[in-house]
Amino acid sequence: MDMEIINFLNLVFLAPFVEMVSYPIFFSEVIISGLLTGVMYSLVALGFVLIFKASGVFNFAQGAMVLFAALTLVGLMEHGFPIWAALISTIIVLIALAFVVERFMLRYLINQEDIILFMATIGLTFLIQGFGETIWGSNVKPLDLGIPSESFEVGGLLLNEFDLFAAGSGAILVAVLAVFFHYTRIGRALRAVADDHQAAMAVGIPLKNIWIIVWSVAGFVGLVAGIMWGAKSGVQFSLSLIALKALPVLILGGFTSVPGAIVGGLIIGVGEKIAEIYWGPLVGGAIENWFAYVLALAFLLFRPQGLFGERIIERV
Amino acid sequence: MFYRETGQFKSSYKADQAIFPLSQDRWFILFLIIIAFLVIPLTASEYLLQAVMIPLLIFSLASIGLNLLVGYAGQLSLGTGGFMAVGAYMTYKLTTAFPEINIIIVFILAGLISACVGLLFGIPSLRIKGFYLAVATLASQFFLVWMFNKVAWFYNYNSSGTITAPPRELFGITVTGPTATAETRYIVVLAIVCVFALIAKNLVRGRLGRSWMAVRDMDIAAEIIGIRPFQTKLIAFSISSFYCGLAGALMVFLWLGSAETEAFSINESFYVLFMIIIGGLGSILGSFLGATFIVCVPILLTNAPQLFGLSMPIDLQKHIEIMLFGFLIVFFLIVEPHGLARLWQIAKEKLRLWPFPY
Repeated sequence: MDMEIINFLNLVFLAPFVEMVSYPIFFSEVIISGLLTGVMYSLVALGFVLIFKASGVFNFAQGAMVLFAALTLVGLMEHGFPIWAALISTIIVLIALAFVVERFMLRYLINQEDIILFMATIGLTFLIQGFGETIWGSNVKPLDLGIPSESFEVGGLLLNEFDLFAAGSGAILVAVLAVFFHYTRIGRALRAVADDHQAAMAVGIPLKNIWIIVWSVAGFVGLVAGIMWGAKSGVQFSLSLIALKALPVLILGGFTSVPGAIVGGLIIGVGEKIAEIYWGPLVGGAIENWFAYVLALAFLLFRPQGLFGERIIERV
Repeated sequence: MFYRETGQFKSSYKADQAIFPLSQDRWFILFLIIIAFLVIPLTASEYLLQAVMIPLLIFSLASIGLNLLVGYAGQLSLGTGGFMAVGAYMTYKLTTAFPEINIIIVFILAGLISACVGLLFGIPSLRIKGFYLAVATLASQFFLVWMFNKVAWFYNYNSSGTITAPPRELFGITVTGPTATAETRYIVVLAIVCVFALIAKNLVRGRLGRSWMAVRDMDIAAEIIGIRPFQTKLIAFSISSFYCGLAGALMVFLWLGSAETEAFSINESFYVLFMIIIGGLGSILGSFLGATFIVCVPILLTNAPQLFGLSMPIDLQKHIEIMLFGFLIVFFLIVEPHGLARLWQIAKEKLRLWPFPY
């Protein structure tokens, strides 16, 4: 009995670390692949954060928007659109979607409780999903953008060109968003709205237009995420489920923080990979599904507002 | 004209605090119960019982459970599916290990185990609030479902990984398993749901329910007036999980007959959450109305094209169904964010003044 316990403790607390140290190259490959997956999570989480910051809506439909954007792009390309035309048309469709959502949904739900808005976005999830699949069908569609996906070696590390491309475009997207938020008129207005709705309205910022803009931007971020995920695993229904993967990223990083979404995504990506490879076999594998949540939960117990979230101050 | 309190005098506090103070309400409920217990089992077809009535009642029970937590105690939870799975798998384990125990007692025991699990997953609620808590409860959903999938002990090491309801008797009549008729199963579910709905109604009217509502409305203020938020929240979590676990047990044993972990996926949690939002947060009646809506609408949508003589490919129809379902939810939230229970209340107010609203 004692032997068994020692053996178990060894398996849980010692053996995985020994393995990490004795095969450093494999370990760094695990970390790198975790980081790259993390970038993809961050992309999805970013869409949530943008909308939550600007309108206080926890937009569950972000996952469906990722699917819808990717479906539209692929569908248009299948109908013979060249890639640039398909991209532009998809962006126009997403802006139209943002307009419709604002005009026919959000406008009527102003000042409702958060949970009502949250539910409405879940309803919207069904609506967008059903709409996208009604129009474009539900078959798995390959998305080929001509990005090479060969693997190559750098100093003994095996890297994939496509993953690097994804990480690179993620970084560019974040940089563009940062510039947009900090140096443009609209960006300033967006930040003002995020700070305080009433004060923003008082200085003459049109809240409704801001919402359309922020939903469009979130749609655009969703499109980028959709292209990345779609090119990796085909455009299909399961794409909308990555929203569930982005949620722990969100609570880890904080709902209101763009850097939080990125750092959170990277932490979750790496943590998940390491846990799956080193501890997964102990419990029968497939722990990726819930490990991210438990990791995020552990962080939350120490910082209830997430890593970078605004401090929650409560008054009676 | 007919529906008003004029002339109904109360001479005791007991009468004043009755669940249905108006005699019209009491008669109406009595009438409903008689219909539910006598008329429906005698007249309804097997399809109606199996596809509409039994799921409706079971989901009502689950939504009462979630409503206690979300609507009354204000703790947003997305872990319903996981707790339902606990109830179902525990019932299976208990009844296969101890076949001689009365199945109703097994249901209750499974509910209690599920309450303990709920207690465990409710602990973070002391520090985490709002959407952070909602996402945190997803941890329980994914972890529990994963556990029931991976640990073969829970499904008695059978090769298919499904749990199947064995035949069990109650008063000499088979109530579970493949040989049980839809009528018996319906009556058993109905009886259980009635009893537990009554208990829930009395819980929320009493001291516990009031402390839940105080915590919901502002937990710091509640703490200042002497309510212990930690205990109150944990009790809410465990009672809610008890109801959800019981509903999960009934779902497998009295409705589906057999199930895999797929049946308790995240979608189940969302459906139950829809039910309480559409029905009305903080209302036991709303739980029933919401469950009716969410159970019946997909059935109507599935059958609607045939009624109009339209035929279309099945997958297209499925997508349109999902789309309409989403549309109806958004529509209802816009029209009446406080749910069907609120509409019912408004109708009653109008009825009191009808036909002379001056």
